[in-house]
Amino acid sequence: MSVVTSGRYTFPSYNLVFFIFLQLGLHSVEGVWPLPQSITSSPERYPLNPQAFYFTYGSQSAAQEGCSVLDEAFKRYFSLIFPDYSSGRFYNQWSFVDKPFTVQVSVGRDDCDSYPDEDSSEQYTLSVSAGQASLKAETVWGALRGDYSICKIYLKSTDFPRFQFRGILLDTSRHYLPVQAILKTLDAMAFSKFNVFHWHIVDDPSFPYQSRTFPDLSAKGAFHPMTHIYTQSDVGRVISFARMRGIRVLPEFDSPGHTQSWGKGQSDLLTPCYSGSSPSGTFGPVNPILPSTYKFMATLFKEVSSVFPDSYIHLGGDEVNFSCWKSNPDVRAFMLKMGFGADFTKLEAYYMENIVNITVALNRTSIVWQDVFDYHERIPKDTVLHIWKGLPASYAAELSAITKAGYRVLLAAPWYINHISYGQDWRNYYTVQPLNFSGTEEQKKLVIGGEVCMWGEYVDATNLTPRLWPRASAAAERLWSDEKQTSDVDKAFPRLQDFRCELLRRGIQAEPLFVGHCKHEYQGV
Amino acid sequence: MLKFVSLLLALSFCQGLQHNNIDDYVEAEPVFEASKYGSLWPLPQKVQISEVSFKLTSSSFRIVDAKASSAGPSCSLLQSAYRRYYEYMFGSAKKQWWSKNNRRSDPSDLSELQVWITSPDSECDGYPSVTSDESCEYLPFLVHVMFYGGIQSGLETFSQLVFEDEYGAKSINAAIINDFPRFQHRGILLDSSRHFLPIKVILANLETMAMNKFNVFHWHIVDDQSFPYLSRTFPQLSEQGAYHPYTHVYTPADVKMVIEFARLRGIRVIPEFDTPGHTQSWGKGQKDLLTPCYSGSKPSGSFGPVNPILNTTYDFMAQFFTEISTVFPDGYVHLGGDEVDFTCWKSNPDIQKFMEQQHFGDDYRKLESFYIQKLLDIVTSTKKGYLIWQEVFDNGVKLKPDTVVHVWIGGGSDKEMSSVTAAGYTTILSAPWYLDYISYGQDWQKYYKVEPLNFEGTDEQKKLVIGGEACLWGEYVDATNLTPRLWPRASAVAERLWSAKDVTDIGDAFNRLSLHRCRMVERGIPAEPLFSSYCPHEYKGV
Repeated sequence: MSVVTSGRYTFPSYNLVFFIFLQLGLHSVEGVWPLPQSITSSPERYPLNPQAFYFTYGSQSAAQEGCSVLDEAFKRYFSLIFPDYSSGRFYNQWSFVDKPFTVQVSVGRDDCDSYPDEDSSEQYTLSVSAGQASLKAETVWGALRGDYSICKIYLKSTDFPRFQFRGILLDTSRHYLPVQAILKTLDAMAFSKFNVFHWHIVDDPSFPYQSRTFPDLSAKGAFHPMTHIYTQSDVGRVISFARMRGIRVLPEFDSPGHTQSWGKGQSDLLTPCYSGSSPSGTFGPVNPILPSTYKFMATLFKEVSSVFPDSYIHLGGDEVNFSCWKSNPDVRAFMLKMGFGADFTKLEAYYMENIVNITVALNRTSIVWQDVFDYHERIPKDTVLHIWKGLPASYAAELSAITKAGYRVLLAAPWYINHISYGQDWRNYYTVQPLNFSGTEEQKKLVIGGEVCMWGEYVDATNLTPRLWPRASAAAERLWSDEKQTSDVDKAFPRLQDFRCELLRRGIQAEPLFVGHCKHEYQGV
Repeated sequence: MLKFVSLLLALSFCQGLQHNNIDDYVEAEPVFEASKYGSLWPLPQKVQISEVSFKLTSSSFRIVDAKASSAGPSCSLLQSAYRRYYEYMFGSAKKQWWSKNNRRSDPSDLSELQVWITSPDSECDGYPSVTSDESCEYLPFLVHVMFYGGIQSGLETFSQLVFEDEYGAKSINAAIINDFPRFQHRGILLDSSRHFLPIKVILANLETMAMNKFNVFHWHIVDDQSFPYLSRTFPQLSEQGAYHPYTHVYTPADVKMVIEFARLRGIRVIPEFDTPGHTQSWGKGQKDLLTPCYSGSKPSGSFGPVNPILNTTYDFMAQFFTEISTVFPDGYVHLGGDEVDFTCWKSNPDIQKFMEQQHFGDDYRKLESFYIQKLLDIVTSTKKGYLIWQEVFDNGVKLKPDTVVHVWIGGGSDKEMSSVTAAGYTTILSAPWYLDYISYGQDWQKYYKVEPLNFEGTDEQKKLVIGGEACLWGEYVDATNLTPRLWPRASAVAERLWSAKDVTDIGDAFNRLSLHRCRMVERGIPAEPLFSSYCPHEYKGV
């Protein structure tokens, strides 16, 4: 009846008796968010009976029972579909029901024990008919993207993400976030099909990461050495919780700026600032002229790459203030020696090159903030640039310039969600057009995705969740769904309202979009 | 009547600040430093803190009635306040197991706080009122409270002087504190119509209000969007007008619970039933109450404000407000009266005819006044005073001399305060404190810098400003985000309304408020952070 196409893939039309979801079936699949690439559904709904509802593996499936990722997912979704049943409040209203309902899951690869990575296919096909549903995916990560709670409607859906990288940044340095708050966020991320947790784990204010190699970093640099740190087992727990939800954990150890807290536990790491001819007692960015700096960084990143399995490491590189470097006579002498003149961006470039090379040697892909591109271009071609500055006009120009230079790029600028304002600002996040910049098709392919950033100046566990959700969900749909099918923000509004209520039902403290109510209101404080 | 709370606290303080060793990293924004007033918030009127400190041991410390006190164990209000503050200071009994077993009290411990109520009449079972005297005095380890109204603030101040040293032991420095509020009406408005607020959230915010010495809960209970108040006389109002007739309503028992919970914390509950505008939800359950709008010569099917030309309207209001006057014990009711849109009235031929009969010409404000005056007479007959939004005054409605005019329109609110008080009416200010308007950064400073008496007028006029309210309208707020959005931003308003006029040092305020917000977090309230930093006990209720 209709061909649903996306920018990058085309799927054959389904000759189905179902309605086209977009036009007619919208309300029969309420709360589906982000919108699947193609979905057709019948308006009919039928009850599911928890006592006769089963998940099974297809006989052709490469993964079978014992696949931890899927077994756990089945458990989670069962509780989401039958919340009363799991909470023990279930009563036998369906005990007379006869026919079982089976969801058969088949995946093409047994990657149950691996981690999701940049190349993991997240495509899946879900079809629901009388008494059964079938979900087919290439990988287990794709199987996780199917929302089994919509199984109460006959439908057929083929779905895949528009962008491969759909991230959320949390900042655990400006405020410490208890592990519980991080796990809750990972749960909510999975509901919006986000697949990367960008953990901005350390920064100027505090260093909560407890390093095996350099325990002093958190012992002296955390807000509190016992209560405000992430132990190795905390980090492990976050990574494995994320894996179960098909989410990559991308750690950021930002340097050479944003490192005040590092200096407390690692002497000689930061540049001593001078006032006149003597040290002022304050410190600036990482000291780029000492070999000991690079030795330290190599050791630290070696640890980081063994703790965090993801193939990407975020190296930061933003907002380096040169005034301290300028004040330091040794740094100036080094500048002279290296022939940098008075151009401190060259010194920054020198530092970043060394750091990037360290991660290259560790077989890791580097992500750096756009500043690194802006100031110098001698960075390996597979480095990913992360755009964070500016208004649409300026980030479009940056997208253009970076992709023209052949680098892959990640867009965060329009999604600085820590900036709050009165009203429905989710609309701004929704109407972003990430590929609306001048460039060739080849250039557009270099945009690997986007990221919602929740910087922590004004955010901690008290307000994180309602500030993040459902505002981040607006960006989630932009990054997952087809842009043409989701260009109308007013049409998205009721669906997002439904989805927000669904988040509440799933225990996520998501704030309201506007006046109205949910059947199950949040009952906490 | 003047409310004069003098809390004379002889206690100690000072080194208590070391527990919050927020690091001195340099960032462009404010850097935390210990205030000489520690974590006191709002700052008491007169504070002297000595260096002498005492230990408090949970196993031996008691809050007791002084021998001469006119109230004793039979006063449940007092006893529950003692228990509440004991738990704030030491945690629940469960948490104390260790300290009980591991630490004996020694003679230098502070073993009891005596509370001495001197007012002869037992107001223990009464409700806080507009004339409640919140005064109390504190002599060394004796809170000397003249009236019950002072209990809440007296104990709160005492608990704010207690600090935890680096070993987790509780101490308190000797201090003399003499305290009373600058303004008698210090309110928070919550809106339970745009979004339904479960009782639990309302109670948690009453609890937090008490920590901030707010004393009025302005319950904007119904509005266009929904009518969650379950009326005994007109149950169909919520049956038809609530978001859901069972899950999204306040039953009489719920309302009673809110009122009692507030009473125990010295907080008045003033309900608002806003008319004639903001009443769409009323129309669902009460036929003929709203004005039918016309499109041309035919009713359009939509409805406007309350219909002011029908006798049935006033019969309904009389019955309704009679019920309200019995359900809500406070001496005041808020009658709204804001933002009346005249287009529907204009469209209705019956109203046009009525305007002619009454010789109102084209001035629909006169019709509004006609309605409001009748309503005020009805409410007066239920023996209640009333508050109204400023438009009612602006439109020249005849008001009782003790009417409180609520100033809310931003831009020119100083002129409005001038003219309201020049006309001799008491007034409360909300215009600068619409906390539902959010923005990035430390907007609490904006609320803090407001000076309510900064308008042209005589001293007599200034005395007519009885206080203010922070308003958290509900378009974008429900239980999910209410508490962190309100606190500690509303705390800034709390200090402005409680503390002396010259308490304006924003740096010192930042230092005290940072600790105060951590204290709220420790007491289980998800009050959001002011800026990058940490609390010793972070919020765990995720």
